[in-house]
Amino acid sequence: MPLDIIETFQISRLSILNENGNVDRELEPDLPEGSLIKLYEAMSLSRMMDQRMLNLQRQGRLGTLPVCTGQEAAFCPPILALRDTDWFVGSYRELGARLMRGESLTNALMFYNGYEEGNVNPSNDRTLPVSIILGSQLAHAVGLAYASRLLGEKETIALAMFGDGSTSEGDFHEALNFAGVLNAPVVFLCQNNQFAISTPRQFQTRSETIAQKAIAYGIHGIQVDGNDALAVYLAAKEAVDRARAGGGPTLIEAVTFRMGMHTTADDPTRYRADEQVAAWENKDPLIRFNIYLSEKGIWDEEKQADLESRLKARIDKRVTEFEQGIEVKPDAPFDHVFAVPPESLEDQRRQFLADLEKEGIHG
Amino acid sequence: MAKINMVQALNASLHEAMDQDEKVLVMGEDVGINGGVFRVTDGLYDKFGRDRVIDSPIAESGILGTAIGMAMAGLRPVIEMQFSGFSYEMMHQLEGNASRMRNRSRGQFTVPLVVRMPYGGGVRALEHHSESKEAYYGHTAGVKVVIPSTPSNAGPLLRAAIDDPDPVIFMEPKRSYRSFKEVVSPEPYQIGRAEILKPGGDITIISWGAMMRDTLKAVEMIKANRDFSPEIIDLLTISPMDVRTIIESVKKTGRCVVVQEAQQSFGPASEIIALINDQALMYLEAPVKRVTMYDVVFPLFARENYYLPSKEKILRAITHTLDF
Repeated sequence: MPLDIIETFQISRLSILNENGNVDRELEPDLPEGSLIKLYEAMSLSRMMDQRMLNLQRQGRLGTLPVCTGQEAAFCPPILALRDTDWFVGSYRELGARLMRGESLTNALMFYNGYEEGNVNPSNDRTLPVSIILGSQLAHAVGLAYASRLLGEKETIALAMFGDGSTSEGDFHEALNFAGVLNAPVVFLCQNNQFAISTPRQFQTRSETIAQKAIAYGIHGIQVDGNDALAVYLAAKEAVDRARAGGGPTLIEAVTFRMGMHTTADDPTRYRADEQVAAWENKDPLIRFNIYLSEKGIWDEEKQADLESRLKARIDKRVTEFEQGIEVKPDAPFDHVFAVPPESLEDQRRQFLADLEKEGIHG
Repeated sequence: MAKINMVQALNASLHEAMDQDEKVLVMGEDVGINGGVFRVTDGLYDKFGRDRVIDSPIAESGILGTAIGMAMAGLRPVIEMQFSGFSYEMMHQLEGNASRMRNRSRGQFTVPLVVRMPYGGGVRALEHHSESKEAYYGHTAGVKVVIPSTPSNAGPLLRAAIDDPDPVIFMEPKRSYRSFKEVVSPEPYQIGRAEILKPGGDITIISWGAMMRDTLKAVEMIKANRDFSPEIIDLLTISPMDVRTIIESVKKTGRCVVVQEAQQSFGPASEIIALINDQALMYLEAPVKRVTMYDVVFPLFARENYYLPSKEKILRAITHTLDF
């Protein structure tokens, strides 16, 4: 036969907890109550902090902020599947994931007020800083995962996050290709939130799904309901376990929606209809997870009220502390060009400090 | 001791580094089974295996991006750009990540890696195979740029680059790969230090890479007819530049010629002249002269010898500056 089918492919979509809070009992992951509540609290903290920072920005008390409200179920649950010794390689729209990895609220306040110091995670040295060049962090995850294995850590994996826009970058394709060829223990989690600033998902790629791009690189690919915390957790857990066991990389497409603007510098009314946003409001990941926990009998209105007041107090405290002032070294950038600053750079530092002495800090 | 060429010196240095430090890993296009298109990585694959000597997919950004991850995890990757003309594909990983990760993370993550790349003209190559673009890399804070010029300094400088805690762009003048041999001694070289090849009092002559040999020949040609005492400096590190050695020399001689293979504008020669202007202007007896390529796209090889700085051009620049 001159024309044979030599290979066929399929892509699955996983959904466990639907928008009405109904759960598929057969697929429901076996998570202890403590973990479920920890996850719900983390998602709630992410939402409240995101909204608080948005308010601060609108009041001129914070710099440009990429808003992540609505995507909590896409970025928080995978962290539950990680160990502290695993690598987390994020982008810039996964606040709750970073908080779950041990970053403090102060980290976010500092970073979005223009201090590099906000990128330092004192409690986990395997959480990489915010990465802004789209897709460029994905190859880092491949290298981190490969190197850990070579250095004798037989169970360490890397989890990388990025958005649908990043999948058009060459770096996305190069990283998936390297991961496949090197059989690196990496999980790539794409938060498909439908828009890259103003450009809708269908202008990024003609592919029906982002998950199917895995096929081209010979790695596993799956699409999940990204507003379904249980489905995202299960897909991430399976991918993480497979990578840990040497079964290779996975691309997970978590289909979600950016409820807010790209950043606070953006006006989404220019490119999308209110009805589209309203339709996604009904799919809110926190509401359906709240229903799930309540129907399990481990959550109620009283607990909700208590959580909200605890989180609010925690955020208030950190914002107040931060706004009372932080001490930073004005010449810190000179410290971090090289391990040891060369003589010529030290000359420039002396000049900088002398100029600062004369001119003071500019407005 | 036997004489070796630059390729052999670099190869020996890689063998030694991989032997002594199991964190050293080599990755690039055709660096494994084939030993690299110039054979700089010859024998490494057989000796250290495919886990540490990786024949990568053809994707320069992927090579550097993956190496950045490896370096942050504790390895010491030495990656090869097959030709420097292919390295622009990795430029955003260098500018956007390798050079900045230390600063971005306030030192929590560092990127100790080496990017080796053959560069430069004079080997009758195809398009994109002859340029000298050290200025691109020198303009990037957080990256060191090293250019050896002989078998003797190539090996130790490569080892210093591998042991360096920061990213190093290691540009290998491919015209000098096999053009001459030397007996090499295990003398250490430090990144950031220029080498005074010949101390002298009449004129400072600065060059690097393949132009170093032409510069030395031009000096010999002048010496055949004229008694003079040049101080010849091999820059070796483009960035961070050894400012002190340059300035002290120019203060002593009062005259200076800079010879660079790269095109004229915005290059290291311009930077050297600016530094002299800042720190040694009042010591000058003559304007500082530079001998460079022209600001044109590097021509294919039929014309390249008209465009590359020649011994005669260097000779004229030195004579002119001495006679000024």
